[in-house]
Amino acid sequence: MNHVIETRGLTRRFGDFTAVDAVSIEVGRGEIFGFLGANGAGKTTAIRMLTGLLTPTEGEATVAGFDVYRQTEQIKKNIGYMSQRFSLYEDLTVRENIRFYGGVYGLRKAALRDRSADLIDRLGLRDAADTRIVTLPLGWKQKLAFSVALLHDPAIVFLDEPTAGVDPITRRQFWQQIYEAADAGVTVFVTTHYMDEAEYCDRISMMVDGRIVALGSPAELKGRYGVATMNDVFVRLARGEA
Amino acid sequence: MRRIFFGFVRKEFYHILRDRRTLAVLFGMPLIMMALFGFAIRNEIDDVPLLVVDASRDEATDGVVDRLRASGYFDVVEFGAGRRNVEAAFERGDALAALAFEPDFARRLRRGEAHVQVITDATNPNAASTVLAYTTAVLNDVQSEQALERGMIVAADGSDGTGRVVPSVRMRYNPDLESAYLFVPGLIAVILMLVCALMTSITITRERETGTMEVLLVSPLHPLQIIAGKVLPYLALSLVNVATILVLAVALFHVPVRGSLALLLAECLLFILCALSLGMLISARSRSMQTATMIALAGLLMPTVLLSGFIFPISSMPEALQLFSHLIPAKWFLIVVRGIMIRGIGLEVVWMETLVLVGMTAVFMTVAVRSFSIRLE
Repeated sequence: MNHVIETRGLTRRFGDFTAVDAVSIEVGRGEIFGFLGANGAGKTTAIRMLTGLLTPTEGEATVAGFDVYRQTEQIKKNIGYMSQRFSLYEDLTVRENIRFYGGVYGLRKAALRDRSADLIDRLGLRDAADTRIVTLPLGWKQKLAFSVALLHDPAIVFLDEPTAGVDPITRRQFWQQIYEAADAGVTVFVTTHYMDEAEYCDRISMMVDGRIVALGSPAELKGRYGVATMNDVFVRLARGEA
Repeated sequence: MRRIFFGFVRKEFYHILRDRRTLAVLFGMPLIMMALFGFAIRNEIDDVPLLVVDASRDEATDGVVDRLRASGYFDVVEFGAGRRNVEAAFERGDALAALAFEPDFARRLRRGEAHVQVITDATNPNAASTVLAYTTAVLNDVQSEQALERGMIVAADGSDGTGRVVPSVRMRYNPDLESAYLFVPGLIAVILMLVCALMTSITITRERETGTMEVLLVSPLHPLQIIAGKVLPYLALSLVNVATILVLAVALFHVPVRGSLALLLAECLLFILCALSLGMLISARSRSMQTATMIALAGLLMPTVLLSGFIFPISSMPEALQLFSHLIPAKWFLIVVRGIMIRGIGLEVVWMETLVLVGMTAVFMTVAVRSFSIRLE
C-alpha cells in the first residue's frame, strides 16, 4: 500500500465537545484529496492533528509514514502548508520570502540559491524578483505561496482554503499548479468552500459534526445521491438527509 | 540550526527597517523624549517674571531685589509699580510672582521687624511653591546678615538668647537640582518598556494577524525558536537605545554615572528581559495588534510613567497606590538606576530591588512561555 495519510478512528475532544469523531481516511501518493465540510465541522481540528500541531485524544494516524503522536518533528519536515492568507511576508521581496522559508526548512545555501532561481524563472517572476510582495497581483502571490510551500519537496501539501476570495480565472490557473504538483507525486490535501473545485479533486470526503459522512470520487458521490453537481451533494449531506 | 536562526533574525530586521512607524518608535521616540524632558519639561524655575512693589526704595529693599536678580531664577519685570498693578499683571500673565515691601522697610528692619509680602500665581502649584522657597531663602539670607551686622546672632545654637535656628542646607548628589538627574533613569525605563514590551507584542501579534505564524508553527521550527527569533532583535535594539540615552545624558545634560557602568548595564539587561517577557505575555493573550497595543500602553506604559516614581514621588501617593506600585517593575528599576547613577552605590545596597526584578522576570517569563504553549494546543 502506498498511503501517505492514514487515519483510523482519529478523535479529538475539547472537554465535552467532540470536534473530530472517529475519522478514518486513507490518502494515496499523488492524490488530490478534497476535505469538505461546513465551518465548524471539524476540518481545522483534523488538519491541525495531521500537521502535528495538535495531539489526538484517541485513534491512530500516520502522515508521510510518521506517527502523529510521537513523530511530529518528522511530519513537519515532510509536509508543506499554505493557508487562505497565502502566508508570505508582504514587506519582503519575492527572493527574500523564498530565502526565508527555504531557510526555515533547513535548505542549504547552494540548494536554496538554485531552487530560488529555478522557481523565479518558472513563475515568470524574474523582473519582479526584487520587488516587495505587497505590490504583486493576487494571482502571483498565490502561485508563489504554493511554490514556497513545495520548496522543500514535501510528500504532502496541506492547502487550507487556498482560493478563498480569488477570482475564477486565477483559481483555474491555481488548480493547474495543483495538478502539476500531483503529477510530480505530491499528495495534495485541500479544503475548500467552492463546490466547483470539489469536482477537480480525485476523491473528496465530506465532514459533518466531526464525522466523515461521505467519501468517494465526485462521480461516485453524485451517482450515489442522484444529483447533478457536487453542490447538490453538499447541500443534501449538510442538511443531514443522507 | 544557527543558520535558521540567523535567517529568522535577518527577516526580523527587514521588518523593522522597512516599516517607517516601527523605525520612528524605535529610534525617534528616545530622541524626542530626551529632548522634551531635557529642554521643555523642567522642574527647575528659570527667569520667573517677578513684579516688585517697593514703596520704600531703600538700601534694604535694593539689597533684596539685587540678590533675587543675581540668582538667575528671576526676571524682575516691573520695578516700583503700585500695588494695584499686581492683580492686573497676574491676570495678564506678565508676572508669576510679586514681592511687596512695606514703606520704611529698612528703618523697620533695623528696629527688629519689617514686612514683605510674597505673592505667587499658584495656577501651577509646583512652580509657585518653588518660587516661594527661593524667595524665602533669599529673604532669610538678608535677614541673617542684617542680624549679624548688628551682632544679634552670635552662633547658630542661639546662644545670643533669641533662640533662632539657622539651618545649614546641603543638597546631596544633585546640588544644582538638575531635573535631568531625575528624568534620565525614568526615561530609560519608559523607553525600554516601549521598545521591548510594546514593539515585541506588536510584532508577534502581527504574524498572527497576517497568517504567517500559522505557517511558522507548521514548519519544523520549535515555537520557542520562533519567539526567540522575534524577540532577540528587539533585545539588541534596546541595548542600543540604552547606550544612546546614557551617552546623551552624560554629554548633553551632564548626568553622572557615579556607580559601576557594568552593573548599570546588567540591571538594564535584566529590566529588558522583564519587559520582553511582558511583551510576550501580552502577545500570547491578545488576538490583534490593536488589542496588544492597547494593553501595552494602558497596562504597562501608563503605570511606568505615573506610578513608578518617575514623575510623581511614590511616598506622596495614597496608601493603596503605594501598595500597587510594588507590582510595577519600573519602580524597582528606578530605585536601582537612580542609586547607581546618581548616588554611586553598588549591588550591596540595591540587592533587594534587583532580586525583586529577577523574581518578577522569572514569573513573567514562565507564564509567557506557558501561555504560548496553551495557545498552540
